[in-house]
Amino acid sequence: MKRLLLILLLSLQTLAQAECLTRGTGDMGVIIERASGSVLIIDTTAHQVLSRIEGLGDLSHASVVYSRDERYAYVFGRDGGLTKVDILCGKIIKRILQGGNSIGGAISQDGKLVAVSNYKPGGVKVFSSDDLSLVADIPATPFKDKRSKTVGLVDAPDQRFVFALYDTGETWILDMTDPAKPALTKFTDTGRLPYDGLITPDGRYYINGLFGEDGLALLDLWHPEKGMRRILDHYGRGEQQLPVYKMPHLEGWAIAGNRAFLPAVGHHEVLVMNMGDWKEAGRIPVHGQPVFVMARPDGRQLWVNFAFPDNDTVQVIDSETLKIIKTLKTGKGTLHMEFTPRGEEVWISVRDKDEIQIYDTRTLELKQRLKARKPSGIFFTDRAHKTGL
Amino acid sequence: MNLFRLTMLAAFALGISAVASANAGPGSQRQAEILYLLRHDCGSCHGMRLEGGLGPPLTPPALSRLSNEQIVATILHGRPGTPMPPWRPFLTPEEARWLAGKLRQGVAR
Repeated sequence: MKRLLLILLLSLQTLAQAECLTRGTGDMGVIIERASGSVLIIDTTAHQVLSRIEGLGDLSHASVVYSRDERYAYVFGRDGGLTKVDILCGKIIKRILQGGNSIGGAISQDGKLVAVSNYKPGGVKVFSSDDLSLVADIPATPFKDKRSKTVGLVDAPDQRFVFALYDTGETWILDMTDPAKPALTKFTDTGRLPYDGLITPDGRYYINGLFGEDGLALLDLWHPEKGMRRILDHYGRGEQQLPVYKMPHLEGWAIAGNRAFLPAVGHHEVLVMNMGDWKEAGRIPVHGQPVFVMARPDGRQLWVNFAFPDNDTVQVIDSETLKIIKTLKTGKGTLHMEFTPRGEEVWISVRDKDEIQIYDTRTLELKQRLKARKPSGIFFTDRAHKTGL
Repeated sequence: MNLFRLTMLAAFALGISAVASANAGPGSQRQAEILYLLRHDCGSCHGMRLEGGLGPPLTPPALSRLSNEQIVATILHGRPGTPMPPWRPFLTPEEARWLAGKLRQGVAR
């Protein structure tokens, strides 16, 4: 009897294993299906949906980071959910509700910690990437009867995280070198209403976009003792800002040559900035208010999508001439774009058409469509090895 | 309390125009469009389930301290000094009034 049970158990185990893929994950990714609390696991070589995983809660504004072995995706949901997904087995490993309302996260340099940025209760929580157990709880500065919302959380070299406090206008560096003793460096009065943050791909500069005033706040992480300074502070001054129906994202820090490209808040423009002196080097008039300005990995093109009510369009800009070389009518609710690791394709999510559109970035032609339910964020596994993503 | 006064003023102005069309809500197809807008576009700041995000929650308890007129005014004219934009280009006063009522009742998820 015991023997029979053992055989049964063994065969069950093999069955369970058989459901997992045995392959590399470098050409895989996760697509958020925002309205149904599900994600798709996809293959960027075969252009296929491999599986759908359900039960991830409220995924409006969800984002993903990857373990350094590119096997596990950590999905940050709006409802405070943090879900660890095994993309080879297509299943949830662990899911916790770590906060009431959150806005994204980051994975540490060594891959051992996952940090989540929370609106409610305002602050950052750090978890073990292995079992999602709580490692550190960093409450934000009190604001009114609550705590400030935190935004723009990124990982930085030397086992640090950097984030901004939306309501109180601060930027904090969280050093997790000793997980038992989280060390904070706080910069106050860094600018009103920072709405997002980004870090340069080399991990040196952290920048906050400001909603409440002109310009951006810049921190040199090689020299935090110098504090934060304002850059592009003349931009927008004296000009009528348009109503903003969707906050821009700074995550896709677009750098081409020695120029950086940013979405202008409340303007139908992409801002061009010199990386050397952080001075404005021009503006590119575009179709609407940009949400994401993403550079193709080689920096040769910029792909831009737009806020409501212009979110049915994507424009492609030549980063050398700063001219728009193509305007694509992708469809209403064009929410996100992701390049394949070496940039020959870009995948675009079109919410209202319930589809992903795959474009050839050389011909700028549509290659294929994939069905997806109200897709939003697209995240490929090569992010695992990029600082700030 | 400048913001409050502004909101009240706008609410008063709207109140006058709204009396005439108290019951004339949008048609059923337009209602569906507005609810889609609410879920997906308002949702980008207020959360798809309206439980809040960068913007405050829009659930019945959260809205209970505001009058209908205040809600309508905020929808149509936004809130200066905050990221809340005016939705007047996309919604008529009647539609905003209908939406405010819907929000107060609670919108099914």
